Amino acid sequence: MGKKVAIVGFGQTYQRSSRKDVNGVELINEAVRAALEDAELTINDIDAIVIGNMDHFEGVNYVDCWSAEGSGAVMKPIFKVTTGGTTGTTVAMCGYYHVASGMFDRVLAIGWEKNSESDTTGAIVTAFHPVWERTRFGGAIAGLAVEASKYMHNYGVTERDGARVAVRERLHALNNPYSQLHQDWMKGMEPEQIVDLLVTSEQNQMLAYPLRMSDMCPRTDGAAAVVFASEGVAEKIAPTPAWVISTHNRHNYVFLGDINWDRNDTLEAAAKKVFEDAGIKEPLKEIDVCELYLPYSYAGLKWMESIGFCGPGEGPKLVWDGVTDMDGELPVNPSGGVMSSNPIGATAILRVGEGALQVMGKAGDRQVPKDVNYSLCTGFGGCNWADVMLLGKKKPS
Amino acid sequence: MEKVAIVGVGQTTYERRKEDTFDELVFEAATKALADAGGGIGDIDNIVTVSNDFWDGRTISSMGIQDAAGSWDKDISTVEGDGTFGVLYGMMRALSGSFETTLVVSHMKGSEAVMNLITNAIFDPIFQRSLGIDATSSAALQARLYMEKIKASQEDFALASVKNHKNAMNNPNAQLPMDISVDDVMKSKMLADPLKMLDCSPISDGAAAVVIATEKGAKRFKKSPVWIKGVGHVSDAYTLGYRDLASTRALDAAASKAYKMAGIKDPMKDLDVVELYDAYSYMEPLWYEGLGLAKEKKGVELLKSGATAMDGDLPVNPSGGVISAHPVLVAGMTRVVEGVLQLRGEAEKRQVKGAKTALAHGINGACGQSHCVFVMGV
Amino acid sequence: MADWLDKVENVYFEGRIKVPYKWYVGEVGSRFLVALRDKQELWGTKCPKCGTVYVPPQKNCGECFVPADTWVQVKDTGTLESFTEVHYSHTMQPESPPLIYGLIKLDGADGSMLHLIKGVDPKDLKVGMKVKAVFNDKREGTILDISHFAPE
Repeated sequence: MGKKVAIVGFGQTYQRSSRKDVNGVELINEAVRAALEDAELTINDIDAIVIGNMDHFEGVNYVDCWSAEGSGAVMKPIFKVTTGGTTGTTVAMCGYYHVASGMFDRVLAIGWEKNSESDTTGAIVTAFHPVWERTRFGGAIAGLAVEASKYMHNYGVTERDGARVAVRERLHALNNPYSQLHQDWMKGMEPEQIVDLLVTSEQNQMLAYPLRMSDMCPRTDGAAAVVFASEGVAEKIAPTPAWVISTHNRHNYVFLGDINWDRNDTLEAAAKKVFEDAGIKEPLKEIDVCELYLPYSYAGLKWMESIGFCGPGEGPKLVWDGVTDMDGELPVNPSGGVMSSNPIGATAILRVGEGALQVMGKAGDRQVPKDVNYSLCTGFGGCNWADVMLLGKKKPS
Repeated sequence: MEKVAIVGVGQTTYERRKEDTFDELVFEAATKALADAGGGIGDIDNIVTVSNDFWDGRTISSMGIQDAAGSWDKDISTVEGDGTFGVLYGMMRALSGSFETTLVVSHMKGSEAVMNLITNAIFDPIFQRSLGIDATSSAALQARLYMEKIKASQEDFALASVKNHKNAMNNPNAQLPMDISVDDVMKSKMLADPLKMLDCSPISDGAAAVVIATEKGAKRFKKSPVWIKGVGHVSDAYTLGYRDLASTRALDAAASKAYKMAGIKDPMKDLDVVELYDAYSYMEPLWYEGLGLAKEKKGVELLKSGATAMDGDLPVNPSGGVISAHPVLVAGMTRVVEGVLQLRGEAEKRQVKGAKTALAHGINGACGQSHCVFVMGV
Repeated sequence: MADWLDKVENVYFEGRIKVPYKWYVGEVGSRFLVALRDKQELWGTKCPKCGTVYVPPQKNCGECFVPADTWVQVKDTGTLESFTEVHYSHTMQPESPPLIYGLIKLDGADGSMLHLIKGVDPKDLKVGMKVKAVFNDKREGTILDISHFAPE
C-alpha cells in the first residue's frame, strides 16, 4: 500500500537579487541540470516532472507548458502545482506522491521564481480577496507585523529577540555559497554585538512596526530541483538517500481576518500529524536539524513553539541559549533560510533540498557537526498555511 | 497498479454567465459529488483543487475557494492545469498509502475574465506575446496545418461541431445544445480563418468534482465504484513553430500508456464511449488520430463515416463535448464525470447503451500541447 | 430563508490586475534581438546532437536536452508554413484587425517563427509561399523590429 520514497538528488542555482543573464526557462534548466548531476542521472532516467511557481511574479500562464524545453518535459509527463508561498513544499509533496503512488520511479520536482521581473508586493496583494480584502491589504510585511506585535504583547518578547533570529540566519548564510545574502560585515562578530547594532541603527529602516529591513526576507531569482525515487531504486542512485518519513499540510484559512493571531495553529496541526506518523514524542531531542520556512525573524521564535520544540513564550530563550545555532542541540536553517534567500516558488523546496543534504551528508560548509537522523522541513504562505515534511536517514518500515 | 475508483461525481450546469461566486460553484460541485457518492466531507481524507491564477484574477487562486472545498484540517494541494491532471493527482494521493479517499474539485468563470488576454499570456513574453497571438488564432494556425496535411475542407471540420451541438441537446448541463447544419457552421462569423464562430467552443462558467477512493476507501460510500484502469499524461514541446502542430505524438504517447495499463489493444473495438477535449471542431478528428481511433491522416474519414455518432460503433462526446460547454480547467474533469455517468448507466438521454469501458481526455496549453488520457471501466 | 434575499441585487465590482513586468531576455535571446536591431540580421542556435537550428534561438535543445551552443545566421527569407487572418480584436494586438499571423520557416532554420504577414491579399495566401522579412526603420531590440513578412 504505497511505496517508500527518498530524495536522491538536489540542485539549485546561485540565488541573486536578479539574474539578468538568463530568462526563466533557462534558469529552470540550470537547476534541473544541477539536480541531475547531483543524482548522477540523465533526463532520460526521469519518469515524470512537476513544477511550481507563483504565476503573477513572472506573468506567464501555464508555466508547465512554457518551460517544457528547459525543464526536460518535452515528450514527458508534467503538470504544475501552485499554492502561493507554500508552492515549493507543495511541489516537493507532489513529487513524493508521484512516487509513493507506485506509478513513477524517478520524479523531478522543480520550484522557481524570477522575482526581479515584477513588483513582488503588487503581485502578492492580488492573493487577497478582490472585494473584501485587497483594497486594504498592506502586503506580506503588514500581515507578519501584526502577528509579531501580538506575540510581543502576549509574551513580552522584544525587538532584540527578533533580531537574534535574523542574526542567526544571516550568519548561517555565510556558509552557503548559493544563498543571495552574504552579509560579510557580520563575520567574526558576536551575535549580541550584531543584535545591538541592528536594533539601534538608523539605516535599518522600520518598515511596519516591529519589522525592520533586517527582520525581513529578500526577494530573489532562483530555481531548485529535487529528485525523488522509489524504494528499490533510490538505494541504487544515492549512497545515503533522504527518506520521506512523513508529510502533511494544513491550509485552513482563506481570509486574513480569520487567522488565529495568537497561535500558528495550522503549523501546530501539521507538525503534530507528522510527528504522530513518525512516532516522534520529543521533537527537540529527536529532530537533529531543521530547515524552517521563516519569512521573517519573529517566526523563528513563535513558530518554534508551534512546532513543539518548546512551550508558549519560550522561543526567545531557546534561541538566546544557542540551541538553534550550528553547534547547538537543534540547528535551525544551516542554509541561512528564507531570510537570506527567497525565490518564492523555490523557497520551500530549498528547505526540502537543504534538509535532504543534511541527511545525505552533502551540505559542505553548512553541514551540521552532528549525526543527522531526522531533518524537519517546512513551508509557509498565504493565510498561515503550513506544510511539514520530515526526512530521515533510516528507511521507514 | 492497485485498484482505484471514482465513487462520486458532481457538476454544475455550464452557462455563459453564472451569478454564483467561485466558492459557491466549488461548494455546489463538491457537495453534489459527495451526495452522489453517498457520503460526506468526513469521509474525505485529502483534497485537490484545480484553478488558475490568471483566469481567477487572483494570485494563489486556490485560496479563494479552499474552504468551500472542505480544506479545514485536511491535507490539500492545488493543480494549475486541466481538470484531468487534477483527477490524476488525486488518484496518486489515494494510491500513496497516506490517504484512502481524495476529493478533487475544479471551477471556472470565463465570464469574469477576458479570454483573449488570458490565453495571450500563455505565449512567450519575449518573442510571441506582443504579436497578440491567443488561443483562437493559434488554433487557427494548427487547423490550417492539419487541413493541408490531410487535404480536408472546412466543411469536414464542421461535421464535428454539428454532431456535438446536436448531442448536447440530450445534456441538461450543456451550455449550447443546438440543432445546426454544416451550412450554419459555414455561415457563422469568421473569427480567425479557417475557424468560424461555430467551430469554436464558447466562454463558460461552471464547476465539477469527483470523489476518488481506493478499494478500501470505496467502502465508506454507497455508490458502485467506477475503476480507473489506465492513465497517461505527456507534454509536447512548447515553442509554437518547433513542434508539428498537425501531429499528435504527445497524445499518442499518453493514450498508449493508458491503453497498456488498461489492457486496451484495439481502441475502436475495446472502448464503448469516448469523451475528448474538442475546444475547436478540427480538434476532434485530430485527437481521433492521437487516440488511435483512426490512423494518421484518417481522422476526418472516421468522422465522416458516422462511426463516432450516437448511433455509431463508438460514440464520441455524447455530452456535447467541449464545443458545447467550455469552462476551462473544468472541461477535462467534466469529460471524466461524463465517462463515469456513462459507465454507471446514469447518462439518461445521452446514454450509450451497455457502456462498460470509457475514455476521458483533457488538454492543457496552446493547441493541445499537453494531454491526459483516462480509461475507466466497470 | 428570508423573502428579501430573493430580491437581492447582484453587485459587480470591477478591477484590473496591474503588475508591471520586466522580462530578462537572457544572453542568448539578447544576441538575437541585438542583431535584429543593429544589423537587421536573423541568427539561430544549433543543437550539436540533432542539428536543429532554432530561430528565435534557444539555449537548450528541448528534444535532446543538451545546450544548443552553435550560432548560425539564417536568411531573412522563408516559406509560409501556416497562416490565419484574424477578425476579432483585443488589446494585446499590435494593430487593429484584420491582421494576419503566419508561421514562417526561415531559410536555414528547422522550425518556424511566428510573425505578422502583410502586403498580400488574404485570398492569395497559400501554404508554401515565399516570404521575406521587412524591418522597421526604427528598431528597439524586440521581435517587432521586424515589422512583418511579405511575399517575395
